[in-house]
Amino acid sequence: MDEGLKIELGKQGVFVTTIQERYNWGRRNSVWPMQFGLACCAIEMIATTMARYDLARFGGEVFRPSPRQADLMIISGTVTKKMAPQVVRLYNQMAEPKYVIAMGACAISGGPFKQGYNVLKGIDRYIPVDVHIPGCPPRPEALIQAFMTLQKKIDGQHLTGEDRPRHLNSEAQGEFPVPVFGEHDLEPAANPGVWPVPVVIQTGNKEEVNKPQQ
Amino acid sequence: MASNPYFSLAVLFFAALGFGLAPLGLAWLWAKAFSPPKPNAVKNAIYECGLESRGDAWMQFHSAYYLYAIIFLIFDVESVFLLPFAVAFTGLSAEACAAMLVFVLLLVEGLAWAWAKGVLTWA
Repeated sequence: MDEGLKIELGKQGVFVTTIQERYNWGRRNSVWPMQFGLACCAIEMIATTMARYDLARFGGEVFRPSPRQADLMIISGTVTKKMAPQVVRLYNQMAEPKYVIAMGACAISGGPFKQGYNVLKGIDRYIPVDVHIPGCPPRPEALIQAFMTLQKKIDGQHLTGEDRPRHLNSEAQGEFPVPVFGEHDLEPAANPGVWPVPVVIQTGNKEEVNKPQQ
Repeated sequence: MASNPYFSLAVLFFAALGFGLAPLGLAWLWAKAFSPPKPNAVKNAIYECGLESRGDAWMQFHSAYYLYAIIFLIFDVESVFLLPFAVAFTGLSAEACAAMLVFVLLLVEGLAWAWAKGVLTWA
């Protein structure tokens, strides 16, 4: 419905809405995160929920200890390769619709441990991440900013049509394969349905190399 | 029918039933129309801590632990009875005192038995 007409009607005391709008309004204001911390960013996440920053103002204070009851997974910290299968399994066990915030340099890219042998270089290799927050660790304000960004995203999701989100689309991918801790690395090294292997273009010899990042 | 004194109760009963069932029905219809279920083996796994469950929950304890259970019982029961005994000690008759001492003696026997068996020596 036309936004201008809606405002005009509102001035006359006539309030109109759509099912989609109500649906998204309800979901946006009751995002329940999973009670789940991985490293030092988790301390900032805890601070965000406490009285000074108070995530409850946005409807996100109900941290659930079970993936079955949670809508949002905050990847708060370094994801080691030993922990990655557990994270992906927990994400799989969350009920749709589910969202992910990758919090901090480690969760989005491996951060200061990127060159290490046992740190995953970004959780977006295995699960779809909705909001990335940089920082080491990000301040509580940054997490709140990410939360509000996610709320905006939820607000803009369509109930029907081609661009409807995954949880409303029966054809969309429902399972995200859990990696196995193999002999040398996690197998597979990434989920190609979520994270397309980046194409590295070497300008020196004008040769395109399709190089999978380890 | 409307003159029946229970008529209003029946109306309220069905209203209460509808109040409970209507949201459930609407949620069911909503799921049918918009939100397709996508179950899979990982999602439906029983354990919710991120790890896969393995092994049997019906594990057995070593039978040698019965000794610790007995010693715990000796001290536990003793303390339960010694406290009221000590509180009421000045007002007790000689017979009651003797009965209590017999009881304590029985427990001390158990302790002496455990001591003789070498249970009190930590390996």
